Amino acid sequence: MSREWPLWEIFIRSQNGLNHRHVGSLHAPDAETAINNARDVYTRRKEGVSIWVVPSKEITASAPSEKGPLFDPAEDKVYRHPTFYDIPDDVGHM
Amino acid sequence: MYAQMVKSEGSSGEQTPEEKGFQARIDAGDKIEPKEWMPEGYRKTLIRQISQHAHSEIVGQLPEGNWITRAPTLERKQILLAKVQDEAGHGLYLYSAAETLGISRDEMLEQLHSGKAKYSSIFNYPTLTWADMGAIGWLVDGAAIMNQVPLQRTSYGPYSRAMIRICKEESFHQRQGYHIMMKMARGTDAQREMAQDALNRFWYPALMMFGPSDANSVHSEQSMAWKIKINTNDELRQRFVNETVPQAEFLGLEVPDPDLAWNEEKGGYDFTQPDWDEFFEVLKGNGPCNKERLGTRVQAWEEGAWFRDGLTAYADKAAKRREAAATAAE
Ligand SMILES: [Fe+2]
Ligand SMILES: [Fe+2]
Ligand SMILES: [Fe+2]
Repeated sequence: MSREWPLWEIFIRSQNGLNHRHVGSLHAPDAETAINNARDVYTRRKEGVSIWVVPSKEITASAPSEKGPLFDPAEDKVYRHPTFYDIPDDVGHM
Repeated sequence: MYAQMVKSEGSSGEQTPEEKGFQARIDAGDKIEPKEWMPEGYRKTLIRQISQHAHSEIVGQLPEGNWITRAPTLERKQILLAKVQDEAGHGLYLYSAAETLGISRDEMLEQLHSGKAKYSSIFNYPTLTWADMGAIGWLVDGAAIMNQVPLQRTSYGPYSRAMIRICKEESFHQRQGYHIMMKMARGTDAQREMAQDALNRFWYPALMMFGPSDANSVHSEQSMAWKIKINTNDELRQRFVNETVPQAEFLGLEVPDPDLAWNEEKGGYDFTQPDWDEFFEVLKGNGPCNKERLGTRVQAWEEGAWFRDGLTAYADKAAKRREAAATAAE
Protein backbone atom coordinates (compact mmCIF):
# COMPACT_ATOMS: atom_id res chain seq x y z
CA MET A 1 0.00 0.00 0.00
CA SER A 2 1.06 3.61 -0.61
CA ARG A 3 2.79 5.61 2.07
CA GLU A 4 0.59 8.16 3.86
CA TRP A 5 1.48 11.80 3.25
CA PRO A 6 3.13 13.36 6.30
CA LEU A 7 1.20 15.65 8.63
CA TRP A 8 1.89 19.40 8.76
CA GLU A 9 0.89 21.92 11.40
CA ILE A 10 -0.52 25.09 9.89
CA PHE A 11 -0.01 28.59 11.26
CA ILE A 12 -1.76 31.61 9.80
CA ARG A 13 -1.28 35.33 10.21
CA SER A 14 -4.75 36.78 9.84
CA GLN A 15 -3.48 40.29 9.23
CA ASN A 16 -0.23 42.18 9.40
CA GLY A 17 0.54 43.25 12.94
CA LEU A 18 -0.68 39.96 14.43
CA ASN A 19 1.22 36.76 15.23
CA HIS A 20 0.85 33.63 13.17
CA ARG A 21 -1.57 31.40 15.01
CA HIS A 22 -1.96 27.65 14.96
CA VAL A 23 -5.17 26.78 13.07
CA GLY A 24 -4.93 23.03 12.56
CA SER A 25 -3.11 20.45 10.52
CA LEU A 26 -3.25 18.71 7.17
CA HIS A 27 -1.51 16.07 5.09
CA ALA A 28 0.72 16.96 2.15
CA PRO A 29 3.68 15.37 0.37
CA ASP A 30 5.94 18.40 0.79
CA ALA A 31 6.10 21.94 2.16
CA GLU A 32 5.06 23.63 -1.04
CA THR A 33 1.95 21.48 -1.43
CA ALA A 34 1.23 21.94 2.27
CA ILE A 35 1.08 25.70 1.73
CA ASN A 36 -1.20 25.33 -1.28
CA ASN A 37 -3.47 22.95 0.58
CA ALA A 38 -3.49 25.20 3.63
CA ARG A 39 -4.64 28.03 1.40
CA ASP A 40 -7.63 25.92 0.32
CA VAL A 41 -8.42 24.36 3.67
CA TYR A 42 -7.88 27.26 6.07
CA THR A 43 -8.23 30.53 4.14
CA ARG A 44 -11.26 30.18 1.89
CA ARG A 45 -12.72 33.36 3.37
CA LYS A 46 -9.70 35.61 3.50
CA GLU A 47 -8.68 34.38 6.95
CA GLY A 48 -5.00 35.00 6.26
CA VAL A 49 -2.23 37.01 4.67
CA SER A 50 0.63 34.62 5.45
CA ILE A 51 1.02 30.89 6.06
CA TRP A 52 3.65 28.87 7.92
CA VAL A 53 3.75 25.09 7.58
CA VAL A 54 5.79 22.91 9.94
CA PRO A 55 6.18 19.13 9.79
CA SER A 56 4.23 17.86 12.81
CA LYS A 57 7.03 15.45 13.68
CA GLU A 58 9.41 18.40 14.15
CA ILE A 59 7.34 19.85 16.97
CA THR A 60 8.51 19.09 20.47
CA ALA A 61 5.76 19.52 23.01
CA SER A 62 5.94 19.72 26.77
CA ALA A 63 4.37 16.69 28.39
CA PRO A 64 1.03 17.17 30.14
CA SER A 65 2.63 15.53 33.20
CA GLU A 66 5.17 18.37 33.35
CA LYS A 67 2.42 20.94 33.69
CA GLY A 68 2.96 21.23 37.44
CA PRO A 69 6.75 21.59 37.53
CA LEU A 70 6.69 23.94 34.54
CA PHE A 71 3.92 26.31 35.41
CA ASP A 72 3.24 26.11 39.14
CA PRO A 73 6.29 28.22 40.08
CA ALA A 74 4.62 31.24 38.49
CA GLU A 75 1.69 30.90 40.83
CA ASP A 76 3.23 32.47 43.96
CA LYS A 77 4.91 35.38 42.23
CA VAL A 78 2.12 37.90 42.53
CA TYR A 79 4.76 40.64 42.80
CA ARG A 80 5.19 40.34 39.04
CA HIS A 81 1.85 42.08 38.59
CA PRO A 82 1.38 45.84 38.92
CA THR A 83 -1.64 45.43 41.18
CA PHE A 84 0.64 43.95 43.89
CA TYR A 85 1.87 47.45 44.71
CA ASP A 86 -0.27 49.91 46.63
CA ILE A 87 0.49 53.37 45.38
CA PRO A 88 -1.43 56.28 46.93
CA ASP A 89 -3.92 58.01 44.62
CA ASP A 90 -2.13 61.30 45.33
CA VAL A 91 0.75 60.13 43.17
CA GLY A 92 -1.48 60.31 40.14
CA HIS A 93 -1.59 57.90 37.23
CA MET A 94 1.18 55.31 37.22
CA MET B 1 -26.55 13.35 13.91
CA TYR B 2 -23.95 13.53 11.24
CA ALA B 3 -22.78 10.95 13.71
CA GLN B 4 -25.90 8.89 14.32
CA MET B 5 -25.95 6.18 16.96
CA VAL B 6 -22.41 6.35 18.20
CA LYS B 7 -21.84 3.60 20.74
CA SER B 8 -20.32 4.99 23.90
CA GLU B 9 -17.66 2.96 25.66
CA GLY B 10 -18.18 3.74 29.29
CA SER B 11 -16.20 1.77 31.83
CA SER B 12 -18.26 -0.72 33.71
CA GLY B 13 -18.21 -0.67 37.46
CA GLU B 14 -16.48 1.65 39.90
CA GLN B 15 -14.66 4.73 38.63
CA THR B 16 -10.94 4.77 39.31
CA PRO B 17 -9.47 7.87 41.00
CA GLU B 18 -8.12 8.93 37.61
CA GLU B 19 -11.53 8.62 35.99
CA LYS B 20 -13.09 10.57 38.84
CA GLY B 21 -10.56 13.36 38.39
CA PHE B 22 -11.19 13.37 34.66
CA GLN B 23 -14.94 13.64 35.12
CA ALA B 24 -14.47 16.44 37.63
CA ARG B 25 -12.47 18.41 35.07
CA ILE B 26 -15.23 17.98 32.50
CA ASP B 27 -17.91 18.95 35.00
CA ALA B 28 -15.92 22.10 35.76
CA GLY B 29 -15.98 23.01 32.06
CA ASP B 30 -12.29 22.30 31.51
CA LYS B 31 -11.28 21.30 27.97
CA ILE B 32 -9.35 18.08 27.40
CA GLU B 33 -6.38 18.47 25.08
CA PRO B 34 -4.45 15.84 23.06
CA LYS B 35 -1.98 13.67 24.98
CA GLU B 36 -3.59 14.43 28.34
CA TRP B 37 -4.78 11.44 30.27
CA MET B 38 -8.24 10.28 29.25
CA PRO B 39 -10.26 7.11 29.77
CA GLU B 40 -9.82 4.65 26.92
CA GLY B 41 -13.59 4.69 26.39
CA TYR B 42 -13.62 8.45 25.97
CA ARG B 43 -10.87 8.23 23.37
CA LYS B 44 -12.49 5.40 21.44
CA THR B 45 -15.96 6.91 21.49
CA LEU B 46 -14.60 10.22 20.28
CA ILE B 47 -12.67 8.61 17.44
CA ARG B 48 -15.83 6.82 16.37
CA GLN B 49 -17.97 9.95 16.60
CA ILE B 50 -15.55 12.41 14.99
CA SER B 51 -14.60 10.07 12.17
CA GLN B 52 -18.26 9.30 11.50
CA HIS B 53 -18.88 13.01 11.29
CA ALA B 54 -15.86 13.48 8.99
CA HIS B 55 -17.03 10.66 6.70
CA SER B 56 -20.45 12.33 6.51
CA GLU B 57 -18.91 15.60 5.37
CA ILE B 58 -16.91 13.80 2.70
CA VAL B 59 -19.66 11.51 1.40
CA GLY B 60 -22.05 14.45 1.75
CA GLN B 61 -20.31 16.11 -1.17
CA LEU B 62 -21.58 13.46 -3.58
CA PRO B 63 -25.33 14.14 -3.72
CA GLU B 64 -24.60 17.82 -4.37
CA GLY B 65 -21.66 17.18 -6.66
CA ASN B 66 -24.24 15.47 -8.83
CA TRP B 67 -25.68 18.90 -9.73
CA ILE B 68 -22.59 21.06 -10.14
CA THR B 69 -22.46 20.63 -13.90
CA ARG B 70 -26.20 21.15 -14.20
CA ALA B 71 -26.75 24.20 -12.00
CA PRO B 72 -29.18 26.56 -13.72
CA THR B 73 -26.90 29.63 -13.77
CA LEU B 74 -23.20 30.33 -13.54
CA GLU B 75 -23.72 32.03 -10.19
CA ARG B 76 -25.58 29.03 -8.76
CA LYS B 77 -22.81 26.82 -10.04
CA GLN B 78 -20.16 28.92 -8.27
CA ILE B 79 -22.18 28.89 -5.07
CA LEU B 80 -22.68 25.13 -5.16
CA LEU B 81 -19.00 24.57 -5.89
CA ALA B 82 -18.05 26.76 -2.94
CA LYS B 83 -20.44 24.90 -0.67
CA VAL B 84 -19.18 21.50 -1.72
CA GLN B 85 -15.61 22.70 -1.24
CA ASP B 86 -16.55 23.80 2.29
CA GLU B 87 -17.80 20.30 3.01
CA ALA B 88 -14.45 18.87 1.92
CA GLY B 89 -12.82 21.34 4.32
CA HIS B 90 -15.16 20.22 7.13
CA GLY B 91 -14.14 16.65 6.52
CA LEU B 92 -10.48 17.60 6.75
CA TYR B 93 -10.87 19.64 9.97
CA LEU B 94 -12.58 16.67 11.55
CA TYR B 95 -10.13 14.04 10.33
CA SER B 96 -7.28 16.06 11.78
CA ALA B 97 -9.16 16.47 15.07
CA ALA B 98 -9.58 12.68 15.21
CA GLU B 99 -5.91 12.16 14.37
CA THR B 100 -4.92 13.89 17.62
CA LEU B 101 -6.48 10.88 19.37
CA GLY B 102 -4.01 8.45 17.84
CA ILE B 103 -5.57 7.16 14.63
CA SER B 104 -4.28 8.02 11.16
CA ARG B 105 -6.41 9.46 8.40
CA ASP B 106 -5.61 6.56 6.12
CA GLU B 107 -6.88 4.17 8.79
CA MET B 108 -10.13 6.10 9.01
CA LEU B 109 -10.49 6.14 5.23
CA GLU B 110 -9.84 2.42 5.17
CA GLN B 111 -12.69 1.97 7.68
CA LEU B 112 -14.98 4.05 5.51
CA HIS B 113 -14.10 2.29 2.30
CA SER B 114 -14.42 -1.19 3.77
CA GLY B 115 -17.88 -0.31 5.05
CA LYS B 116 -16.81 -0.73 8.68
CA ALA B 117 -17.35 2.94 9.52
CA LYS B 118 -20.71 4.64 9.11
CA TYR B 119 -21.73 8.01 7.73
CA SER B 120 -25.03 9.81 8.01
CA SER B 121 -28.01 7.99 6.50
CA ILE B 122 -29.16 11.15 4.74
CA PHE B 123 -26.54 10.95 2.02
CA ASN B 124 -27.91 7.66 0.76
CA TYR B 125 -30.92 9.35 -0.79
CA PRO B 126 -30.81 10.45 -4.43
CA THR B 127 -30.83 14.06 -5.66
CA LEU B 128 -33.31 13.95 -8.52
CA THR B 129 -33.97 17.60 -9.36
CA TRP B 130 -32.39 21.02 -8.87
CA ALA B 131 -34.89 21.69 -6.08
CA ASP B 132 -33.11 18.97 -4.11
CA MET B 133 -30.11 21.32 -3.85
CA GLY B 134 -32.44 23.76 -2.15
CA ALA B 135 -33.95 21.15 0.14
CA ILE B 136 -30.53 19.83 1.14
CA GLY B 137 -29.10 23.21 2.03
CA TRP B 138 -32.22 24.21 3.90
CA LEU B 139 -33.06 20.95 5.67
CA VAL B 140 -29.89 18.85 5.77
CA ASP B 141 -27.47 21.65 6.59
CA GLY B 142 -30.18 23.09 8.82
CA ALA B 143 -30.36 19.85 10.78
CA ALA B 144 -26.57 19.66 10.87
CA ILE B 145 -26.39 23.16 12.37
CA MET B 146 -28.92 22.17 15.04
CA ASN B 147 -26.53 19.48 16.18
CA GLN B 148 -23.23 21.24 15.63
CA VAL B 149 -23.93 24.49 17.43
CA PRO B 150 -24.10 22.86 20.88
CA LEU B 151 -21.10 20.68 20.03
CA GLN B 152 -18.93 23.80 19.89
CA ARG B 153 -18.95 23.43 23.69
CA THR B 154 -17.84 19.81 23.63
CA SER B 155 -15.15 18.78 26.12
CA TYR B 156 -12.45 17.73 23.65
CA GLY B 157 -10.45 20.79 22.55
CA PRO B 158 -9.60 19.89 18.94
CA TYR B 159 -13.18 18.70 18.30
CA SER B 160 -14.62 21.86 19.77
CA ARG B 161 -12.32 24.04 17.64
CA ALA B 162 -13.27 22.11 14.50
CA MET B 163 -16.95 22.59 15.34
CA ILE B 164 -16.50 26.33 15.82
CA ARG B 165 -14.84 26.63 12.44
CA ILE B 166 -17.54 24.51 10.78
CA CYS B 167 -20.43 26.40 12.36
CA LYS B 168 -19.05 29.66 11.01
CA GLU B 169 -19.37 28.24 7.52
CA GLU B 170 -22.65 26.33 7.78
CA SER B 171 -24.94 29.30 7.90
CA PHE B 172 -24.12 30.16 4.28
CA HIS B 173 -25.01 26.59 3.32
CA GLN B 174 -28.44 26.75 4.85
CA ARG B 175 -29.24 30.19 3.51
CA GLN B 176 -28.21 29.42 -0.05
CA GLY B 177 -30.45 26.34 0.11
CA TYR B 178 -33.41 28.29 1.43
CA HIS B 179 -32.77 30.91 -1.23
CA ILE B 180 -33.08 28.24 -3.94
CA MET B 181 -36.34 27.08 -2.34
CA MET B 182 -37.67 30.64 -2.31
CA LYS B 183 -36.92 31.07 -5.99
CA MET B 184 -38.54 27.77 -6.88
CA ALA B 185 -41.56 28.20 -4.63
CA ARG B 186 -42.29 31.56 -6.22
CA GLY B 187 -41.54 30.44 -9.75
CA THR B 188 -43.73 28.69 -12.29
CA ASP B 189 -46.20 26.00 -11.27
CA ALA B 190 -43.75 23.37 -12.41
CA GLN B 191 -40.98 24.88 -10.26
CA ARG B 192 -43.29 25.10 -7.27
CA GLU B 193 -44.15 21.45 -7.70
CA MET B 194 -40.49 20.54 -7.83
CA ALA B 195 -39.88 22.42 -4.58
CA GLN B 196 -42.81 20.67 -2.91
CA ASP B 197 -41.63 17.32 -4.20
CA ALA B 198 -38.13 17.92 -2.82
CA LEU B 199 -39.57 18.80 0.58
CA ASN B 200 -41.75 15.68 0.45
CA ARG B 201 -38.78 13.45 -0.20
CA PHE B 202 -36.31 15.05 2.22
CA TRP B 203 -38.52 15.80 5.22
CA TYR B 204 -38.46 12.40 6.90
CA PRO B 205 -34.85 11.56 5.99
CA ALA B 206 -33.92 14.93 7.55
CA LEU B 207 -35.76 13.98 10.75
CA MET B 208 -33.84 10.70 10.77
CA MET B 209 -30.56 12.60 10.83
CA PHE B 210 -30.93 13.09 14.58
CA GLY B 211 -31.02 9.35 15.13
CA PRO B 212 -33.66 7.31 16.94
CA SER B 213 -34.92 8.31 20.34
CA ASP B 214 -32.15 7.94 22.87
CA ALA B 215 -34.05 9.19 25.89
CA ASN B 216 -33.28 6.02 27.82
CA SER B 217 -30.02 5.00 26.20
CA VAL B 218 -27.07 4.13 28.41
CA HIS B 219 -24.67 5.06 25.62
CA SER B 220 -25.92 8.57 25.26
CA GLU B 221 -25.96 9.03 29.04
CA GLN B 222 -22.25 8.29 29.12
CA SER B 223 -21.57 10.54 26.14
CA MET B 224 -23.52 13.34 27.76
CA ALA B 225 -21.56 12.98 30.99
CA TRP B 226 -18.40 13.31 28.92
CA LYS B 227 -19.88 16.29 27.07
CA ILE B 228 -19.32 14.79 23.68
CA LYS B 229 -23.06 14.78 23.26
CA ILE B 230 -24.91 17.82 24.54
CA ASN B 231 -28.60 17.20 23.78
CA THR B 232 -30.72 14.12 23.30
CA ASN B 233 -31.73 13.21 19.76
CA ASP B 234 -35.38 13.94 20.54
CA GLU B 235 -34.59 17.41 21.90
CA LEU B 236 -32.72 18.33 18.74
CA ARG B 237 -35.36 16.86 16.44
CA GLN B 238 -38.10 18.81 18.22
CA ARG B 239 -36.07 22.00 17.94
CA PHE B 240 -35.54 21.39 14.25
CA VAL B 241 -39.24 20.84 13.59
CA ASN B 242 -40.18 23.95 15.56
CA GLU B 243 -37.79 26.05 13.57
CA THR B 244 -38.44 24.56 10.14
CA VAL B 245 -42.24 24.43 9.98
CA PRO B 246 -42.68 28.24 9.91
CA GLN B 247 -39.96 28.42 7.25
CA ALA B 248 -41.96 25.98 5.11
CA GLU B 249 -45.09 28.05 5.68
CA PHE B 250 -43.25 31.14 4.52
CA LEU B 251 -42.42 29.32 1.30
CA GLY B 252 -46.06 28.32 0.90
CA LEU B 253 -45.02 24.67 0.92
CA GLU B 254 -46.63 21.92 2.88
CA VAL B 255 -44.75 19.72 5.31
CA PRO B 256 -45.73 16.16 4.35
CA ASP B 257 -47.19 15.27 7.72
CA PRO B 258 -50.99 15.29 8.12
CA ASP B 259 -50.63 15.03 11.90
CA LEU B 260 -48.38 18.03 12.26
CA ALA B 261 -49.99 20.35 14.83
CA TRP B 262 -48.89 23.06 17.21
CA ASN B 263 -49.04 21.91 20.79
CA GLU B 264 -49.57 24.94 22.99
CA GLU B 265 -48.81 23.03 26.16
CA LYS B 266 -45.34 21.87 25.19
CA GLY B 267 -44.65 24.97 23.15
CA GLY B 268 -43.72 22.91 20.11
CA TYR B 269 -45.18 20.94 17.24
CA ASP B 270 -46.49 17.42 17.48
CA PHE B 271 -45.24 15.54 14.47
CA THR B 272 -45.02 12.08 12.95
CA GLN B 273 -41.84 10.12 13.54
CA PRO B 274 -39.95 8.94 10.48
CA ASP B 275 -40.06 5.28 9.53
CA TRP B 276 -37.34 3.84 11.78
CA ASP B 277 -37.33 0.51 9.96
CA GLU B 278 -36.32 2.38 6.84
CA PHE B 279 -33.61 4.17 8.83
CA PHE B 280 -32.08 0.92 10.06
CA GLU B 281 -32.19 -0.54 6.56
CA VAL B 282 -30.33 2.50 5.21
CA LEU B 283 -27.75 2.23 8.00
CA LYS B 284 -27.27 -1.42 7.15
CA GLY B 285 -26.38 -0.43 3.60
CA ASN B 286 -29.74 -0.99 1.94
CA GLY B 287 -30.71 2.61 1.19
CA PRO B 288 -31.40 3.78 -2.35
CA CYS B 289 -27.84 5.04 -2.96
CA ASN B 290 -25.52 3.33 -0.44
CA LYS B 291 -23.72 1.27 -3.03
CA GLU B 292 -23.36 4.13 -5.46
CA ARG B 293 -22.03 6.53 -2.81
CA LEU B 294 -19.47 4.16 -1.35
CA GLY B 295 -18.56 2.93 -4.83
CA THR B 296 -17.84 6.49 -5.96
CA ARG B 297 -15.69 7.12 -2.87
CA VAL B 298 -13.66 3.96 -3.32
CA GLN B 299 -13.23 4.58 -7.02
CA ALA B 300 -11.98 8.14 -6.42
CA TRP B 301 -9.54 6.85 -3.80
CA GLU B 302 -8.20 4.04 -5.96
CA GLU B 303 -7.97 6.03 -9.14
CA GLY B 304 -6.16 8.81 -7.29
CA ALA B 305 -3.50 6.44 -5.93
CA TRP B 306 -1.04 7.00 -8.80
CA PHE B 307 -1.29 10.74 -8.24
CA ARG B 308 -0.71 10.55 -4.48
CA ASP B 309 2.21 8.18 -5.04
CA GLY B 310 3.62 10.43 -7.74
CA LEU B 311 3.64 13.42 -5.41
CA THR B 312 5.30 11.33 -2.71
CA ALA B 313 7.99 10.18 -5.15
CA TYR B 314 8.58 13.76 -6.24
CA ALA B 315 8.85 14.94 -2.63
CA ASP B 316 11.35 12.13 -1.86
CA LYS B 317 13.44 13.04 -4.87
CA ALA B 318 13.45 16.74 -4.05
CA ALA B 319 14.46 15.99 -0.46
CA LYS B 320 17.37 13.84 -1.67
CA ARG B 321 18.47 16.57 -4.06
CA ARG B 322 18.45 19.12 -1.23
CA GLU B 323 20.45 16.75 0.95
CA ALA B 324 23.04 16.21 -1.78
CA ALA B 325 23.34 19.94 -2.37
CA ALA B 326 23.82 20.55 1.36
CA THR B 327 26.53 17.88 1.55
CA ALA B 328 28.31 19.28 -1.50
CA ALA B 329 28.30 22.76 0.05
CA GLU B 330 30.01 21.55 3.24
FE1 LIG C 1 -20.43 20.59 6.63
FE1 LIG D 1 -21.51 18.89 9.34
FE1 LIG E 1 -22.81 22.22 5.16
